[in-house]
Amino acid sequence: MTDLTKLSLKETRDGLRAKQFSSVEVTSAYLGAIDGANQSLNAYICVEGEGAKKQAQISDEKLASGNGGALEGVPLGIKDLFATRGVHTQAASHILDGFLPEYESTVTSNLWDDGAVMLGKLNMDEFAMGSSNETSYFGPVVNPWRADGSSQNLVPGGSSGGSASAVSAWLCAGATATDTGGSIRQPAAFCGIVGIKPTYGRCSRWGVVAFASSLDQAGPLTRTVEDNAIMLTSMAGFDKKDSTSADLAVPDFAAAVERGVKGLTIGIPKEYRLDGMPDEIETLWQQGIAWLKEEGATVKDISLPHTKYALPAYYIVAPAEASSNLARYDGVKYGLRVAGKSIDEMYALTRAAGFGREVQRRVMIGTYVLSAGYYDAYYVRAQKVRTLIKQDFEKVFASGIDAILTPATPSAAFGIGDKEMAADPVKMYLNDIFTVTVNMAGLPGIAVPAGMDKQGLPLALQLIGKPFDEETLFAAGRVIERSADLDLTPKSWWRK
Amino acid sequence: MTLIDTRTPNPDYFIAGATGDWEMVIGLEIHAQVSSQSKLFSPSSTEFGQPPNSNVSFVDAAMPGMLPVINEECVRQAIRTGLGLKAQINKRSLFDRKNYFYPDLPQGYQISQFKDPIVGEGEVHLDMGEKIGTVTIGIERLHLEQDAGKSIHDQHPNMSFVDLNRSGVALMEIVSKPDIRSSAEARAYITKLRTIMRYLGTCDGNMEQGSLRADINVSVRKPGGEFGTRCEIKNVNSLRFAGQAIEYEARRQIDVLEDGGEIAQQTRLYDPKSGKTRSMRSKEEAHDYRYFPDPDLLPLEFDQALIDELAADLPELPDEKQARLVAEYGITVYDASVLIADRKSADFYENVAKSGDKKRDGKLSANWVINDLSGRLAKEGLDIASSPVSAEQLGGIIDLISGGEISGKIAKDLFEIVWSEGGNPAELVESRGMKQVSDTGAIEKIVGEIIAANPDQVAKVKDKPSMVGWFVGQVMKASQGKANPQAVNKILRDKLGL
Repeated sequence: MTDLTKLSLKETRDGLRAKQFSSVEVTSAYLGAIDGANQSLNAYICVEGEGAKKQAQISDEKLASGNGGALEGVPLGIKDLFATRGVHTQAASHILDGFLPEYESTVTSNLWDDGAVMLGKLNMDEFAMGSSNETSYFGPVVNPWRADGSSQNLVPGGSSGGSASAVSAWLCAGATATDTGGSIRQPAAFCGIVGIKPTYGRCSRWGVVAFASSLDQAGPLTRTVEDNAIMLTSMAGFDKKDSTSADLAVPDFAAAVERGVKGLTIGIPKEYRLDGMPDEIETLWQQGIAWLKEEGATVKDISLPHTKYALPAYYIVAPAEASSNLARYDGVKYGLRVAGKSIDEMYALTRAAGFGREVQRRVMIGTYVLSAGYYDAYYVRAQKVRTLIKQDFEKVFASGIDAILTPATPSAAFGIGDKEMAADPVKMYLNDIFTVTVNMAGLPGIAVPAGMDKQGLPLALQLIGKPFDEETLFAAGRVIERSADLDLTPKSWWRK
Repeated sequence: MTLIDTRTPNPDYFIAGATGDWEMVIGLEIHAQVSSQSKLFSPSSTEFGQPPNSNVSFVDAAMPGMLPVINEECVRQAIRTGLGLKAQINKRSLFDRKNYFYPDLPQGYQISQFKDPIVGEGEVHLDMGEKIGTVTIGIERLHLEQDAGKSIHDQHPNMSFVDLNRSGVALMEIVSKPDIRSSAEARAYITKLRTIMRYLGTCDGNMEQGSLRADINVSVRKPGGEFGTRCEIKNVNSLRFAGQAIEYEARRQIDVLEDGGEIAQQTRLYDPKSGKTRSMRSKEEAHDYRYFPDPDLLPLEFDQALIDELAADLPELPDEKQARLVAEYGITVYDASVLIADRKSADFYENVAKSGDKKRDGKLSANWVINDLSGRLAKEGLDIASSPVSAEQLGGIIDLISGGEISGKIAKDLFEIVWSEGGNPAELVESRGMKQVSDTGAIEKIVGEIIAANPDQVAKVKDKPSMVGWFVGQVMKASQGKANPQAVNKILRDKLGL
């Protein structure tokens, strides 16, 4: 029998429908794979073996009676940021020790309603703050990819590092992730998989532990573009419990995947060409342009003049919102409490012990930029910059551009414990240089594997779309995927 | 906010000090709980007096990943209140987060409106009696915000308990301009706001349940001078305490200034036991609330049609009702102001003064409602809604007085009978023989007997005509109060030759 974990999400779904195998079989195969890999990769924080098998049995019954949902019986991994009723939900933080929600996030509810099976909860940067998955209270996640001939462990990217590593190493058919500044797209790029950050408002934020509310957006990580489209169709949808959710019908995204790019105009923004950017990133970009042209797209140079201000503005807006969003973790109601002599001391001790360094750094930055006397200089200006960034995109789209092609990251995956990044947080923040603009403007962006660097590590391109036009991204992303025709099989060094 | 002095100093309000007269300047922030079934951003019930932590949703407890969704009824209530205050309604407003740590504030921030409130400038009119007249107090703004929960410190030796039932309940914070110049005006202002909101049904105004609380800003100055430095007295929850706190605080500030000191801007608390205010925190210790727009909520936007719809449905407001009662029933402004203080009293009054097309004596009706009925209700601790004497019954009594069928004195007896036994007043008068005797023959007979029996008094009354009252009393007594007093008077004067 073929290894059921090596199937795409679509193949798994179709095989289940055709009764070629059962959900119990495929779920067991994934649980076995997790068992063999997790010690090396640390992708899962919590494996729900029994729960998954029970869900799989129910799915098998539904499939047998022909009542299966869109994802019936398909085993998925869930980022620890999503509240799952009665199951580990800690945003990979110490401060939520022992917290078990009595509610289910809207996105995961949507997936279960469509019949998906939950394998467990995936590691991530603490509170989704990080670009290497090294800030997790549960330890770093390891990228299944290694440089040719090297045994050095690489980061999977962050913050959805556990999700990306698990998808790439065949530890689930697909995984939920979230993206505040690049947390879906950068790990997708580092792990050689596909990740879309949908338009802000496409997926409900209800039940997703908040990092920066105006930027957070859930999306899928999968091994193919088509899988991504299928999974997003199930995750997305209007939710009256989220005031910022968009009251729009969800298209069948998978139907757009093979639409091609003929007749589309793709913009190439000159501001994304950075000084000191590795040649191979530039080469990859040019290759992507060539593929799209070959498939009938028109390619045009465009300008997004405020791009260079996006990262600094992002590192004001996101920490500002985070400093307020994380105020609820105070030791009073749930999670960790470190006793103190007074209420103020209890707060201080609890938050000092419960939050890691990166979270503390961002809470402090956020508190600072919102303080009296600094608010106008930082927060208000950052919001103005945000408006300008948004207008840059609006102008370009109004001029007839259908989508924008950029690199996804400035480099391939780097080593765990990288000294330069550890010494200078700003170096780490630069990982998001191509992705934050999309969050600041609330647009959809997809990262698709497009090539390999000299060391044999995956590299990705990013496509940025108009608001609520994820369909064009799937279509263009599929063209890149098909043209690149990569073997995205990391060597299975991690197997026991 | 630029402070503009809208008032002319009134010597009646001046406070004498060692260095001359002083004047208070007062501004109020009223926190009024919105009357609504559910909370401002969650579907939990707002019902008062439930067991601790029973009206708490995941949103109210600030569980991770929970999001606020605006309760549209609270928005409508705020607009109604704004219309009642003749205020500017802002069709676009924003919710901000006010960040601070406290155990009964589960989110670590309160969702409030800081820069762009739902309601802007308006005004409230106060009747301060004949001497002062009507005073206009400016409203700076009204905004919606969440209430906090309740910390309970007296249940355990070294722990505090938190009750989140109130957490997230909608409040309207109504901020006045610094237009108030005495504790009496402050009390009148709170009372008037409460009356307006009760008419509108937007806040029940129960201060003892915490539905209405006041933060009071007090400063003093030489009459008409520059505004002084203010102190804010937090969370005053009764009218009486508000008056006492203001008087104490103004005096304290005058004493400090007259001793050559300066007023430090402070937040203070009023202690009803000592009757004093004490410092809670200085300006330097003030929280930096780090306000910023709540990214979980969209701007609150609605169109003119909603405002128009709510305006069309507004009940008659106290000021309008007062003016109409004066015009329609010919009563005094003072009587009207007493009646309109409670919408139920005004309604009761109108049902007494008017029955279908029939109009009764407005002044007489007002006297009966304000004095006899209200007095009796107060004595029994009853609300006018549960009055044992209905408007129809009281109207019947007034009909009997106006028709000359009973005297005022008998009317009071009749009122007592109706109060305790019920019944139709006209039938009671008939069946119990309480009808006034206007038959001159019968009265002449009694008068004749009284004159004959009291020769000494008859002699005296010739010199001192005011003694006729004594005779009237005797006749009334002999007739068991039923004789028509005007007729008795006339016959007595004729017979005594006065």
